[in-house]
Amino acid sequence: MIEFRNVTKRYGAVTVLDDVSFTIPSGQFAVVIGPSGCGKTTTLRTINRLIEPQPGTVFIDGEDVMDQDPVQLRRRIGYVIQQIGLFPNMTVEENISVVPKLLKYPKDACATITHELLTLVDMPYEAYAHKYPSELSGGQQQRIGVLRALAASPPIVLMDEPFGALDPVTRESLQEEIKRIQRKLKKTIVFVTHDMDEALRLADVIIFMDGGKILQMATPEEMLHKPQAPIIKSFLGRHIEESGAKEGMKAQEFMKRRVHTVLESAKTLESIERMRKREVNSLVVVDDDDHYLGTVSIETIKAKGKAGRAIGEYIDTTTLTVNRHDDAKEALDKLLASTQNYVIVLNDDRTVAGIITRTSTAKAMGQALWGEIES
Amino acid sequence: MKLITLFLTNGPAIGQSLAVHIMLVIVSVSLGTIIAVPLGIALTRTKRIALIVLATASAVQTIPGLVMLGFALVLLGIGRAPALAVLTIYSILPVLHNTYTGITEVLPAYTDAATGIGMTAMQTLFKVELPLALGAIISGIRVSAVYIVSWATLAGMIGAGGLGDWIWTGLATYNTDYILLGAVPAAILAFLFSAAIGALQRILTPRGLRRRA
Repeated sequence: MIEFRNVTKRYGAVTVLDDVSFTIPSGQFAVVIGPSGCGKTTTLRTINRLIEPQPGTVFIDGEDVMDQDPVQLRRRIGYVIQQIGLFPNMTVEENISVVPKLLKYPKDACATITHELLTLVDMPYEAYAHKYPSELSGGQQQRIGVLRALAASPPIVLMDEPFGALDPVTRESLQEEIKRIQRKLKKTIVFVTHDMDEALRLADVIIFMDGGKILQMATPEEMLHKPQAPIIKSFLGRHIEESGAKEGMKAQEFMKRRVHTVLESAKTLESIERMRKREVNSLVVVDDDDHYLGTVSIETIKAKGKAGRAIGEYIDTTTLTVNRHDDAKEALDKLLASTQNYVIVLNDDRTVAGIITRTSTAKAMGQALWGEIES
Repeated sequence: MKLITLFLTNGPAIGQSLAVHIMLVIVSVSLGTIIAVPLGIALTRTKRIALIVLATASAVQTIPGLVMLGFALVLLGIGRAPALAVLTIYSILPVLHNTYTGITEVLPAYTDAATGIGMTAMQTLFKVELPLALGAIISGIRVSAVYIVSWATLAGMIGAGGLGDWIWTGLATYNTDYILLGAVPAAILAFLFSAAIGALQRILTPRGLRRRA
């Protein structure tokens, strides 16, 4: 368990950590996220005393880190950095067994550890143990970086943007691996990133920081559901929109705005002419104040209409309507249940807001799923 | 032809001078390295003092060798000891400079990783910083050795012996052949020292640090 109690860190006039308090229970995968300079790396480095709090206290399993020898403390905490930091003068095996050697493990124990760990990431001992870091790809190097951190079986592993410099494909596979390893070995991991995708994918709990303070500490689910600051919302970005699509989408989001209207006082032939020009077979009829009255279709006019009469006489008032703020699902249910091809969307004052057709629905769905699409 | 004959007749004497010369170079460069490497390491821990010391050392380096030998003659008298003292001083700077830059140029990622995983300052120095700076340090020693081969010819002037004796004799008697008897072996010696240390450098560089072809 890692506990920060009122931890503050200042460099001159700059406050990097401002009265930070939180607790990470053992076995949790905690991701610290926030914009550059928010204090996330400082938080991480305070845990293994690379930075010392003043004032404030950091406890690991109830013990104040300041009461412990920093070197011994660090050997019991795994540490992975973005620049990887594998020692280029040492082989893969030497790099992995650095900490066990510092802890004076016997030689054969070091060899066993290297074997086991390399197996864990599918890099056979025979093929990789004696290579130098410069002979590996970036992704392989960082795998070894992670293994080096795990070698002495530390209960806690600190990771500072470990996958930040890797290409997206490699990053994703390493994310999966670290999550798997964390579950399997039950480590407490504190992971710093500025990538919300990564945070949502990995975290049991996300700590969002800005300006040296914690803005929100929550599970990914809770953060998506109730982001507590605008900056968190902007970090969540498309994730919020995605989850918003499942609930709370309104009828207005499915409608198209261009509606062909006609005044009730308009004459039959004029209306037919208008439909022909617009290539539609119905028009929305409104009164002089733009209030919705109903629709009129070309079939009705052709069947019953007489030249020179106002179309107000031929209005069909059974057309489906919904309020623009109604739930979109309701509107779609209505549309699908009826034989009509459209639902008219009305404003609160019963003026026409738009129309939901099968085409506009498909387009809105596409946008919700894949973002802006060209029409 | 005359030169070769002269060379052959003076063979044993030249050989002896050469041995003395090699001794002068090895002793002074070794002493210089023993002083320069720890000093260079110490300087990396106190950057402000480092700038002053490195500037001073560079300034000393610009004092002409003859002037330094003059001082040494006055202060320490004639013979091998004052010559070795001066040569040692001259051999310090390249090694000092390269040790300092070699260690300062070790990427912070390596030292940060070393500290972060629980190495003490000493372990970081011996397991990470020095191995990574080794190439630069050996380059410094190589430069020193080549320098000192030529500086050591001057040392003949204050009675240190070595190949310089032949050159000084030649200069004093206007005999260019004698000058060459000292100068040619000295030039070859400089080349051989450089090649030998270069080979040593390649052997000592771990495979992971060698430039890939």
